[in-house]
Amino acid sequence: MTGKFSDRERVIVVSELTKKFGNFTAVDKISFDVYKGEIFGFLGANGAGKTTAMRMLCALSIPTSGTALVANHDTMRESDKVKSNIGYMSQKFSLYEDLKVWENFRLFGGIYGMNDREITEKSNLMLDELGFMSEKNTLVKALPLGWKQKLAFSVAIFHKPKVVFLDEPTGGVDPSTRRQFWELIYKAAHEGITVFVTTHYMDEAEYCDRVSVMVDGRIDALDTPYNLKKEFKVEGMEGVFLKLARGANRKEI
Amino acid sequence: MLKYLIEKEFKAIMRNKFLPKLILVFPVMMMLLMPWAANLDIKDIKVAVVDNDRSQLSTGLVNKINSSTYFIVERYAKSYNDAKTMVQNGEVDIILEIPENYEKDQVREKNAKVNISVNAVNGTRGAMGGAYLSNIISEFFSGRNVSGQTALINVATQTRYNPTMDYKKFMVPALMTMLLTLLCGFLPALNIVSEKEAGTIEQINVTPIPKFTFIFSKLIPYWIIGFIVLTIVILLAKIIYGVSPVGSLATFYLLASVFVLVVSGLGLVISNYSNTMQQAMFVMFFFMLIMIMMAGLFTPVDSMPEWAQLIAGINPMRYFIEIMRMLYLKGSGLSDLTRQITALALFAAAFNLWAIISYRKKN
Repeated sequence: MTGKFSDRERVIVVSELTKKFGNFTAVDKISFDVYKGEIFGFLGANGAGKTTAMRMLCALSIPTSGTALVANHDTMRESDKVKSNIGYMSQKFSLYEDLKVWENFRLFGGIYGMNDREITEKSNLMLDELGFMSEKNTLVKALPLGWKQKLAFSVAIFHKPKVVFLDEPTGGVDPSTRRQFWELIYKAAHEGITVFVTTHYMDEAEYCDRVSVMVDGRIDALDTPYNLKKEFKVEGMEGVFLKLARGANRKEI
Repeated sequence: MLKYLIEKEFKAIMRNKFLPKLILVFPVMMMLLMPWAANLDIKDIKVAVVDNDRSQLSTGLVNKINSSTYFIVERYAKSYNDAKTMVQNGEVDIILEIPENYEKDQVREKNAKVNISVNAVNGTRGAMGGAYLSNIISEFFSGRNVSGQTALINVATQTRYNPTMDYKKFMVPALMTMLLTLLCGFLPALNIVSEKEAGTIEQINVTPIPKFTFIFSKLIPYWIIGFIVLTIVILLAKIIYGVSPVGSLATFYLLASVFVLVVSGLGLVISNYSNTMQQAMFVMFFFMLIMIMMAGLFTPVDSMPEWAQLIAGINPMRYFIEIMRMLYLKGSGLSDLTRQITALALFAAAFNLWAIISYRKKN
């Protein structure tokens, strides 16, 4: 039932993970596993708690209770080890705008402990694959949004992390760029990087190996898109999402 | 890891449209203009003379006053009330009233008095002017030795370390301190918080970068900027005002670098606690003003009330100004400055440790 990856190594193990802000429970005892090489879709309405949950997995946010193991390390006790093994692309573009394209690669490569030669080789290779060589010396702030997001993804997987977390990576870009972006995601997954992605686009949900749907801080459904559609007796993922979201009590924050 | 981060900080500073200019132009402006503007010398005080005596002695006295660079005898008034009107109209600052029979009384009784009235709306100008004027008058009489009988006590003042009492010599080290504080304090205060506003801090926080390394990479650029600024002002002070440190230049740089660590550390702490650049700016202003006021920059710490002296005791700037003045004017060496150095080193360690602890990679 858990799909073609279930016999593989578990890269993310979450149990009873909870985050409260005062009286408000943003994430309510969620438990799930993500397998190596999987593209794991993390769906939910605005304010359902996706970003909060993701930030806890990235050791950016301290859980109120529960545990999460990412790449075999506890996000609480071994946060630096977790951080060495993950890549992260936040919802808001957060590369250095006043650095050039290659300089962003160099900075983050350097932070993750790569040396000058490795950085040069890897960034040339990546820029080449992206067809982005001509923009190597462009300041990042001068790039269009679609390119910025591809660049942010490339920087996030530059140090070959075990897992990459993508928080609404295709927000606000055109369909063709989204498509190209998903080709990059597939390529990364093919190279063995586990992809953990949140999205609002239901067509993108169909591209995932498995999808979870968060409602009011809980995970109400988790399966392959095929199984979910069958279970909820609908045509597309949109139907699944609407059926689940209808049960939500929480207003948008 | 550190190399890449420092490289990035420098690129960010150099590519900023405003910062490189600020770092170069600010010290130059400060050194060119401020010593003239922050003029503590009193010159050209306008005096109205009411001479009711019109004797040789009174004329001599007025001439003596007029010949000093401090005073201009602007008007002769018929009566004290006339002169008062002149003060009210802002034409003169001081009234000197010489009574009738002044010369006669002076020769006969040796206790004739003149009346000095001072407009103290501008406190410093008034107080200093009054004091100068009485000085000149007593000088006048000691020169004439009118009494001829009583032996006059001659007070000979020797001004050490700043023999000409040049206020510029006194102000230049203070200005250097202000410059270092402003540039190396405000820029770091705005730095981390600007990364929070831009969102780039998030991308940094998700890396395994140690807190120490991150803070250190923020500190080093301002340390180097401090050196650049210091070199500019030392050269300008030498070229324009002929003021150079009497003490060793190496000691000077060494101690200035400790001071830069203190103010940059404070800036980073403030940056860590702030959520917006405005907030960081105002908090920094708050501390900066207290530090400047309580540093003995304009008023000596020793003449502050006791509670203020206690506050001044925990003001790092106060120690650095002492160091600067001792090095620049007196030529003190490291051994004379142990107390101040220890204080600064403790501040530097405390602020930077605090900066490391208060930088949060998680929330």
